[in-house]
Amino acid sequence: MVAEDGDLPGMTPLLQVQDLHVAYHSRDGRKFPALAGVDFELQQGEILGVLGESGSGKSTLAAALLRLLPGNGEIHKGAVWFEGQDLLRIEPRTLERVRGARISLIFQEPSLALHPTIRIGEQISGVLAAHGSASRKALRQKTLQLLGEVFAAEAARIADSYPHQLSGGQQQRVLIAQAIACGPSLIVADEPTASLDPTTQQDILELFRTLREKFKLSLILITHNPALLAGLAERILVLYAGRGIEIGPASEVLSLPRHPYTRALLRSVPRELDHVADGRKSPLPVIPGEAANLAAQAIGCRFEPRCSDRMDLCTQREPAAVVVNPEHAVSCFKYGE
Amino acid sequence: MRYFLRRLTQAAFLLVGVSILTFLFSTLAPGNYFDEMRLNPQISPETAAALRAQYQLDRPLQVRYARWVNSLAHGELGFSFANNSPVAPLLWVRARNTLLLTLTATLISWALALTLGIWSAATLGRLPDRALSWATAALLVIPDLVLALGLLILAVRSGWFPAGGMSSVGIESFSPVQKFRDVAWHMALPVSALVLSAFPILVRHVRGAVAEVLEAPFLRAAASYGIRRRTLLYKYALRAAANPLISLFGFSVGALLSGSLLVEAVMSWPGLGPLLLEAILARDLYVVIGGVLCSTVFLVAGNFLADTLMYWADPRIRTGAPAK
Amino acid sequence: MNRLVIVEKLEKRFERAHSPGSAREVAALQGVSFSIVRGTTLALVGESGSGKSTLALCLACLERPTSGRIIFAGNEIATLNEKQLREVRPQIQLVFQDPARSLNPRFSALEIVSEPLVVQGRLDRREREARARVLLAQVGIAQAKEAQKADEFSGGQRQRLAIARALALEPKLLILDEALSALDCSVQAQIANLLIELQLSLGLTYLFITHDFAMAGHLADEIAVMENGKLVELGVADKVLLATNQEVTRRLIAATPSLGNAAQPPRVV
Repeated sequence: MVAEDGDLPGMTPLLQVQDLHVAYHSRDGRKFPALAGVDFELQQGEILGVLGESGSGKSTLAAALLRLLPGNGEIHKGAVWFEGQDLLRIEPRTLERVRGARISLIFQEPSLALHPTIRIGEQISGVLAAHGSASRKALRQKTLQLLGEVFAAEAARIADSYPHQLSGGQQQRVLIAQAIACGPSLIVADEPTASLDPTTQQDILELFRTLREKFKLSLILITHNPALLAGLAERILVLYAGRGIEIGPASEVLSLPRHPYTRALLRSVPRELDHVADGRKSPLPVIPGEAANLAAQAIGCRFEPRCSDRMDLCTQREPAAVVVNPEHAVSCFKYGE
Repeated sequence: MRYFLRRLTQAAFLLVGVSILTFLFSTLAPGNYFDEMRLNPQISPETAAALRAQYQLDRPLQVRYARWVNSLAHGELGFSFANNSPVAPLLWVRARNTLLLTLTATLISWALALTLGIWSAATLGRLPDRALSWATAALLVIPDLVLALGLLILAVRSGWFPAGGMSSVGIESFSPVQKFRDVAWHMALPVSALVLSAFPILVRHVRGAVAEVLEAPFLRAAASYGIRRRTLLYKYALRAAANPLISLFGFSVGALLSGSLLVEAVMSWPGLGPLLLEAILARDLYVVIGGVLCSTVFLVAGNFLADTLMYWADPRIRTGAPAK
Repeated sequence: MNRLVIVEKLEKRFERAHSPGSAREVAALQGVSFSIVRGTTLALVGESGSGKSTLALCLACLERPTSGRIIFAGNEIATLNEKQLREVRPQIQLVFQDPARSLNPRFSALEIVSEPLVVQGRLDRREREARARVLLAQVGIAQAKEAQKADEFSGGQRQRLAIARALALEPKLLILDEALSALDCSVQAQIANLLIELQLSLGLTYLFITHDFAMAGHLADEIAVMENGKLVELGVADKVLLATNQEVTRRLIAATPSLGNAAQPPRVV
């Protein structure tokens, strides 16, 4: 059953992230916070878009869900509830059974996410074998079947190829095949179309839609480009400086953004294709300054230095989430405290 | 296929070149075997000269080289003046002894290096890794000679191991099993010396190569699919780290005949090393050339083996992938 | 000379060494002709493999075309030898997509921007540093940061450094090869604004190569569309965006993600 937004009260969300705090440690012992309290929920069958630019903590969020941070990263607070377990506290063995089989992660840069000297078919079989023993013949069959889901033709040829022999789009499809291999209920994709051509991009996003329908998947799509989420995501979570600053239905967030950052971000996207005569070659409204430096200590709202609507209160403490509509929350003092 | 043919031709050229150079240097060095005889009052100068002529050491260089190549074509490597026997059988016996030592030592070194290196990389920065770094640093600092001598002293003091040689007196009358045990007992010390001097470098390279790969995105991606830690380390990481290690392995193979000279000399192991040493000092020309050539063959073969292995192991080389 | 760049029937063929069974030669460019008016921006849009990067390299005299002419500021440059090209090169500069790879990470900002001046060898050290400082100011890098190493800057700042470096020799033509593609959305807007400003103040001409039709539409006076080495469309930006009759163009525009129908321009709340 694919649940829809805002129905049946009491329906347990598929994923619940609570107050997630992640930091990185440098060699000399300094701490660099990457996530400073992220909260959100994901319903069964939903597509959630996570909108964030560099430094927002989006990739850290993806990795943290499955405790896949690099060696110097540490999750020091929070909980991730999934299918009745807190993923941050279960045993490594149990977590290995969740990874790939219940939740799949698709990293950035497909060319780097595949082993360079193992054939594609073998890599996919490796994922299958990690979650259930089967004969080589059965693995091969299942591998070809999976490749058939993501490639229109030539599954066998792809299976015998090496990653460097495939194009960027093909590599991305292989990653998707690996992700759905063991029938997970949630896929988290970090910038899945970043290095791809527009038509390939379109194909990949369409593939996500198709697979989601077919396998009743829930999706978290992480990107810095709001245009990608238009028409695809059902809800959008906006990240800035390691915090969720706005979350709501995609159509609302994109057309009526509440948070000054979201608003400014959307205004900085060129709209000539939308027949909006902003004036070609006139300056785009930009967000002044640079992305927040999380290492620096600060007390108030992290966006305040760049905000056009800043108030005195903004430097005194961090804003809490304020509900402006059912389903739509913003962390900004403009909407209450 | 073209790749192999090219490498084979290169190897052939190299061998020819080495043989010419060795010939050249050996004959250019002042004196020859028979000069030593002149110091011996019991041998008249005429005898010495006659012997020289008999062995044609008075002919011009090119002629001598041509005759030598000719005999090579017949499977012979010349004549050893000092031992009064053809060179080939002499070399084979000694080379076999050396290979016995070095093959065992190489296998053990690599086995140790791979296991410890991977363990080290997997526990990077923590106690097992740091302990191993200390141990290898210590071993690297101690000169091979000191290591060998140290082991020898241990043998003599404790009496657990023989202090040299390859077999006990009267080995001919032993049963096969007893022969095996006897040789193995004699091998223990030299092999240990070789392993202790070789494996620290190997471990460090394995550790470095694997540690670098462990940071790679594709390994994190594989982990994200729930692939077990052991599979990640031994299948995914090791295969990706293979390239520099294969090159090293090529060197290991290349040094099979030449790397153990010191240990053989110190521990009186009847291998190629001591033979060559004697021959050089005695100006036993053809033994020297034969020995050098054998070592070169191994070196070239080792390199070739490494290239072949890499070609087979890395599909990017095989299919000519563009550099990324 | 109102047209800074005139390209006529440019062809570029490559030998393919490794693929058994497929064509020996790849025609990266086939009969490409266009021109760029001084002080304007021509956007070159196409997917990977369309030949746009090859075209950039030919224009920058880093690749020699197989046939055809390139006329820059009234002079034929496609057939010049290396010595003659030395005069031309400073006038055509490139900015690449990935600042992390085109800047030496251990050089300071000042060193990076001075590098072309050092190579050219005409100014002494103090003059070079003075000019470098002017350039850094022009691209919006604070003077306090001039000694910072390149790998300590953000992506957008590094791209500013790349642009400053490209401006060091006072070029007439700047070829921007996917220069914004690797940047975050809001940073793309910042750099786009910088480019517009620099064009006005320095009279630069841009060849803006991209696969992002939206940004092309925003920055360009004219748009050229390429596919498989051929130029399939060339025209004024408005016409190409709104009234094209080329299938390729339509397909590319349709594939470009846009906020478009799902959202009206955000109203101020």
